[in-house]
Amino acid sequence: MAEGAGEEKKKFSIWDLPDVPMGQLPPHLELQRTRVSCNKDAPIHTESIQYSGAYASMGIDNSSRLDRFSNNFRVEVVRLNEDDMEFDMIGIDAAIANSFRRILIAELPTMAIEKVLIANNTSIIQDEVLAHRLGLVPIRVDPRLFDYLSENDQPNEKNTIVFKLHVQCKRGSPRITVKSDALKWLPNGSELVKETRNATSDSSSKPETYTYFGCSQETVPEFVKNPIIPKYPDIIIAKLGPGQEIELEAHAVKGIGKTHAKWSPVATAWYRMLPEVVLLEDIEDDLAEELKSKCPVNVFDIEDLGKGDIVLGTFPNEEFGCQAGRRRATVARPRACTLCRECIRGDDWEKRVALRRVKDHFIFTIESTGALPPEVLFTEAVKILEDKCERVITELS
Amino acid sequence: MEHGSFTDNSAATFSLTDEDHTIANAVRFTLNQESVHSPLFLALINAGPRITFCGYSIPHPSEARVNIRVQTTGDPAREVLKDACQNLMLMCRHVRSTFDKAVEDFKASNAVKAMKIDSQDSSGDDSEESE
Repeated sequence: MAEGAGEEKKKFSIWDLPDVPMGQLPPHLELQRTRVSCNKDAPIHTESIQYSGAYASMGIDNSSRLDRFSNNFRVEVVRLNEDDMEFDMIGIDAAIANSFRRILIAELPTMAIEKVLIANNTSIIQDEVLAHRLGLVPIRVDPRLFDYLSENDQPNEKNTIVFKLHVQCKRGSPRITVKSDALKWLPNGSELVKETRNATSDSSSKPETYTYFGCSQETVPEFVKNPIIPKYPDIIIAKLGPGQEIELEAHAVKGIGKTHAKWSPVATAWYRMLPEVVLLEDIEDDLAEELKSKCPVNVFDIEDLGKGDIVLGTFPNEEFGCQAGRRRATVARPRACTLCRECIRGDDWEKRVALRRVKDHFIFTIESTGALPPEVLFTEAVKILEDKCERVITELS
Repeated sequence: MEHGSFTDNSAATFSLTDEDHTIANAVRFTLNQESVHSPLFLALINAGPRITFCGYSIPHPSEARVNIRVQTTGDPAREVLKDACQNLMLMCRHVRSTFDKAVEDFKASNAVKAMKIDSQDSSGDDSEESE
């Protein structure tokens, strides 16, 4: 585009330009609207043009009315397994895609260990460090089955999960490593008896513990087949030397990632815009080889043109035998492009290759920590955004 | 909470507590997209934007509050913000249904693929299609 403008500057007349069809942006504006151009020095046109009247003077409606959005919006799943997924979200603005990402990281609830009651800890790990490590252990349980534990609530079977950890390294035996599978779920609640201040309490009733479970969590049908355990059995919690012992009880409650990252249901969730690599001119032979070797992630391929532009029928055999076919560079794997801009470094390469990103095409990746499968996490995130909108609407009316 | 003027309701600042960029930026987008649609020749024709200005700010990072400024071309700012939230909600609903369908389709097609591979393995026939 840049060199074209230079040539045309000499005798440029606006009347020579072809008419832009009605209801369509001229190509250069369309490019600015839909693509981020990654130039050698910096990316340009990075903003998304959101204002519905942005092109009103040209008679173009820039609003995405709901029906238009519905017609254009697409989701394509690329990869999906138990704890991570990748999908393409096409036809949505970054503002909304980013809301989903933020909610996934910070506002979706999970269960995590919040209170640790330490009965005995003679290991070299300090109590608070041990408690912090326990908090970060992901727990395999659906948080939707639980309530939040607010300040005035008593911990009961609807808002608390209790784990016990009791490990001991005998004198004379080798050191042992305490892993997360040592955490044992107590479906009947805490077993630690509260110290009662008044000694007159009747001994006939059950001793008071730190939780007030009405019934066993094992009776909940969801937990019959799926007992509550840490998602991974091999997370190292502590190491014990001979004669050392840890005895504690860990209480897990429901929370969100905004409060503490241990409640974040995703290892991470991120998106990137779809890279688009365009060859502005035919790149052949040595230049093609150079381009292919420039790219560290192997975006380009080289195709053989075979007979080249020899007219068919003239000396076919001769052509075939003695002259190597011409080769041309092609863009084979644009998705692999990391926009390192190696390929547009050096003289004139920016004129041959254009690196762009598609503004409304997001490659979304969700890595779950294991409480819920990633596709459920995304659906829940969208629901939370809906709830937020509803809250604003009810507050305004 | 709405801060506006008594005489002119076309411009106001809305203060949302316990919210942040998550909703403010998304609502800013839908607010910007708001346009008047007048029925003309049986089709809805875009008769121009409803918004002259909108933006949001977080006055202080340690205060969970976001201010959304809305200035409209005439409609009450409150109504336009409500419409924008409504639109965002409908968009979300559509995203959810599209996503669920895409996941379902993906799972179904994968199940078929797995079945094919299984049947190939059991018959010990490796000359057929390799994927």
